[in-house]
Amino acid sequence: MMAIESEKVTADVVEVSEFPHLAQRYRVFAVPKVVMNESLEFEGARPEAAFVAMVESVAGRQDTEGSSQG
Amino acid sequence: MPILSPADQEYLRQVFAERLRDPVTIVLFTQRVTQIRIPGYECATCRETNQLLEEVAALSDKLTLEMHDLLQDAELAKQAGVEEIPAILLKGHNKGTVRFIGVPAGYEFATLIEDLIDVSRGTTELSPLSRETLTKLVQPVHIKVFVTPT
Repeated sequence: MMAIESEKVTADVVEVSEFPHLAQRYRVFAVPKVVMNESLEFEGARPEAAFVAMVESVAGRQDTEGSSQG
Repeated sequence: MPILSPADQEYLRQVFAERLRDPVTIVLFTQRVTQIRIPGYECATCRETNQLLEEVAALSDKLTLEMHDLLQDAELAKQAGVEEIPAILLKGHNKGTVRFIGVPAGYEFATLIEDLIDVSRGTTELSPLSRETLTKLVQPVHIKVFVTPT
């Protein structure tokens, strides 16, 4: 759904049992597991608002750029 | 022998008739079943995925299936960032990229059907606040969700 709403988002649903090398590379021991930009990862489902907040923390947000520290 | 039962086909035909709005192209990178087997390149779930998507695409005039062989259309696959097969890309009113890697079976099948509808309509059930945040992202984000069929 996130990828439908934003051109910045690529969303892959990966059926990991078919690709053991991906399970190994991304250390998938439990599903669902989410990895964003190789930098943020978590296991289990999250509420929508929390998920979007994590996307925002990875991608940055236009109207808070530079002002979030002040 | 179809994968989808007659009852499932009828149900999906009705769901598509009611909820699809604009055309969606299902782009599938796969291994053609007629191709000579190359050791190390056998795709365990491609045959099943090809058949499943052919059956799904046949249930609505608004769905088009575009099948590419990973080896024959290597350049196209590279452009699409496809390294594993079967890989499914949905093209419609989505602003970003929506992909399924591996056979969309079990719960993933339901996700695929919902995504086909959302991509066709260009709308999602995300909250207005989430949608606003998503329009203001600065950097690209690649979200990978690892699942297993259940």
